[in-house]
Amino acid sequence: MSNITVTLTVNGKQQSVTAAPDTPLLWVLREQLKLTGTKFGCGVGQCGACTVHLNGEPTQSCLHALQDVAGKQVTTIEGLSPDTSHPLQKAWLAEQVPQCGYCQSGQIMRAAGLLKQNPRPTREEIVDYMSPNICRCGTYVRIARAIERAAGGGGVQS
Amino acid sequence: MKTTKNAKAATLNAGRRRFMTGAAGLTFGIAAGAPALQHLVAGAAEAATGSVRLNNWVTVFTDGTVAIMSPAAEMGQGSLTALPVIVADEMDADWSRVRIVAAPPNDKLYGNPAFRFLQYTAGSATVTGYFNNLRQFGAQVRYVLLDNAAQRWGVPLAEVVSEPGYAVHPRSGRRLSYGEIAAFAKVPAQAPEVTVEPVAKAQFRLIGKDLPRVDVAGKVNGSAQYSIDVQVPGMVYGAILREPVEGAAPEKIDDREARAIDGVLQIVPLKFGVGVIAQNPWAAFKAKKALKVTWSREATGWGFSNDKGYAQFAALAKDPNAKGVAWETQGDIAGAMGKAATVFEGEYRADYAYHAQMEPLNSVAAVTADGCEIWCGTQSQTVAVTAAAAALGIPEAKVKFNGMLLGGGFGRRGNRDVEFIVDSVLMSKAAGKPVKVMWTREDDLHNGRFRPLYVNRIRAGLDSQGKIVAWHHRVVSDRVLAFMDPVRYKESKGRDNIAMRGTELPTYDIAHRLAEGLQQDTGMRTAPLRAIGVGQNSFANEVFIDELAAKLGVDPVEFRILQLAGTPRAQRAKNAIEEVARMADWGRKRRGRGLGVAYLDYSGTQVAGIAEVSLARDGRIHVHDFWCVIDAGVAVQPDNIIAQTQSSIVYGLGLALTERIDIVDGAVKQSNFYDYHVPRMRDIPNIHIKLVQTRNHPTGAGQMATPLVPSAIANALFQLTGVRLRQQPLLPERVLHAMAEAGVSIA
Repeated sequence: MSNITVTLTVNGKQQSVTAAPDTPLLWVLREQLKLTGTKFGCGVGQCGACTVHLNGEPTQSCLHALQDVAGKQVTTIEGLSPDTSHPLQKAWLAEQVPQCGYCQSGQIMRAAGLLKQNPRPTREEIVDYMSPNICRCGTYVRIARAIERAAGGGGVQS
Repeated sequence: MKTTKNAKAATLNAGRRRFMTGAAGLTFGIAAGAPALQHLVAGAAEAATGSVRLNNWVTVFTDGTVAIMSPAAEMGQGSLTALPVIVADEMDADWSRVRIVAAPPNDKLYGNPAFRFLQYTAGSATVTGYFNNLRQFGAQVRYVLLDNAAQRWGVPLAEVVSEPGYAVHPRSGRRLSYGEIAAFAKVPAQAPEVTVEPVAKAQFRLIGKDLPRVDVAGKVNGSAQYSIDVQVPGMVYGAILREPVEGAAPEKIDDREARAIDGVLQIVPLKFGVGVIAQNPWAAFKAKKALKVTWSREATGWGFSNDKGYAQFAALAKDPNAKGVAWETQGDIAGAMGKAATVFEGEYRADYAYHAQMEPLNSVAAVTADGCEIWCGTQSQTVAVTAAAAALGIPEAKVKFNGMLLGGGFGRRGNRDVEFIVDSVLMSKAAGKPVKVMWTREDDLHNGRFRPLYVNRIRAGLDSQGKIVAWHHRVVSDRVLAFMDPVRYKESKGRDNIAMRGTELPTYDIAHRLAEGLQQDTGMRTAPLRAIGVGQNSFANEVFIDELAAKLGVDPVEFRILQLAGTPRAQRAKNAIEEVARMADWGRKRRGRGLGVAYLDYSGTQVAGIAEVSLARDGRIHVHDFWCVIDAGVAVQPDNIIAQTQSSIVYGLGLALTERIDIVDGAVKQSNFYDYHVPRMRDIPNIHIKLVQTRNHPTGAGQMATPLVPSAIANALFQLTGVRLRQQPLLPERVLHAMAEAGVSIA
């Protein structure tokens, strides 16, 4: 399979990348564009560690081949805010969510997708929406609380 | 005005001499300015301070910055932060001026006393293992700073006290910051004599406060660096197809298809597999998949399966002629069992379980003619260096170590051979370039090193009053220590502390006890997994105790309390059990729900838990609530203990309900998260945790609640249905099978 060159917009910046057409977006982001905040967890769309926004929608970047993302807009954790000021990032810090931290970029990107479409989700809606993303450290209680905090809920103690 | 820390001043002059082990003379340094911190961070202590002699743990800079070494690997458990808190508290540092520096690999200076001074982060043993020495060391630093201030002022040392970051002379109102003192301080060659207050009386300023973990900020914006994120100039990528069974070797390699893949640079035959080196990860993974390899059939593990293991282990567990290695023994077990009024017996099992740390194993190495540089996330910095040096046949001094954050450890990154680090060393040597070797999730499972398969058999002898007088716990499992750490195994006299931990019962008052292990070499790859042996041995204990309570018609909470000894430690156990019962409103029956309790003394930490469950028609257990009380003594970072306990419970939930590895012809059947199911947000119960802070030496917090979960759930299922499950995980088909056997139907 010979390489193709594809142009896409990553965190607002136009990028031209050359790789095999079936290369997952994940590896292009991580190894070519050096945006390593997006993590490799399973490679098969089961864990959500590689979640980015593709044309504004959260999705697993391991599932999108380079040939299918030409001309698309990609936002990674590095592009969520310039200075860690996104309400979710602040809430994540306030709740001291991360443990090993490896899944947290994906969790935050998924949560950002949720709040975009549903700014005041119920606990049930949060649980439902966030369940594609695995956190092996089991920080789920704090993730849910941080999302509620960012949504203006103030972080109700469970 | 800040309060002065008088309690500390009073102890300065008195006392006996105690040193940081491995530290010759005084062990802290004074440095000019702060920019040198960068050198310290890089582990180059000499460069940091030029001609000033230093430094093992603390460097005080003239601008007031205090650099404190942390020897712990950070894998999410928070001890990278917690250890310096202990030093800073005792030296009365201003926490806002503290910079934490990852200690370089050096067992002698930075080893954990709890692991015979191996620099090894495991076993929830970090805070508890380092605690006394770090307090002593912080006190020594404070002594020297205050002593220098006293001499400068010409006043007796006894009149000088500290405030965070300052030496203060209250009588004259004079103050000097630690940074100011650093500019003129003379550091004595001999460590001063300092006695720290016993933990029961000590006044802490930082210990017990919730200080943000230093690693968290980078974990919300993608900047935190794990070894998988490392890129070095000229680096290429590696993937390895490993032998499906430990010890097998590639006999025939057909790599034609792999070589044809664009970007593939080299195929590297290895003793244990076949490596691929490529220009990018995707080509490496594709080529690995395209390899066709025939494996030698000599390895022990071929032909093995869970069923074979269970048949073999169960027979041994029952065999009266079999003799195990005693893990813990007390009194006269045979005599007491012979005299018991009644003897009960139970058998408990556990399947293999997988760590599933989120970051698949990986490392980066750059091997040159001069030596080797490695980047890795490891639970032991020194073990990593030793293994890399051994793989290349070079002195350890030629290995440069770069410790990275760990995307989860759970015991998987602490094995003596650190094969996931040696991987990149061997591949870089073959490529003549820096190589990042990454395991895919499938590699991580197929080459996993698991919590072993277990058959536990417990016999208990009771006297005529229903009191337990004899307890014989036999554990048959795969060997763990011999496989994961042959060095420690050699000193163990055959006692497998990974497989056997948790069989000891330090708070139950049972006069005659024997816990014995019969660990088997089945050829399976094993490792410590969060909660190690306690995860299964405590399950066996606590389900069996529950069975005894039911047979005697005693309430399970009451029955456990009745078994407790009269020791202070058992009193803490009693408090934990009573408190969790109160939280869960234990006495209140719920329609369609069952409650189950479990209790555990885990290395001195007292934990008790209660699960509330219901059962679906398909045999699935739903856990609605989990209550937990944890008393780990002095809580260095209270909110972090809560976080670790939440984490332990979620981890225990997966092990309890869904997580299992099947071995088929010696190889692992599961491949990824679609057939190895770990808990997701929708699976977790309401979790209620109470942290009880007591004035005892701090004990572990990183995994203590994990074993409670399967036990409490199994016991809750019994309360709900009258049916006992005695095997982890409590799979729906096992529930249905047990219910059918008992002739019970789901309500």
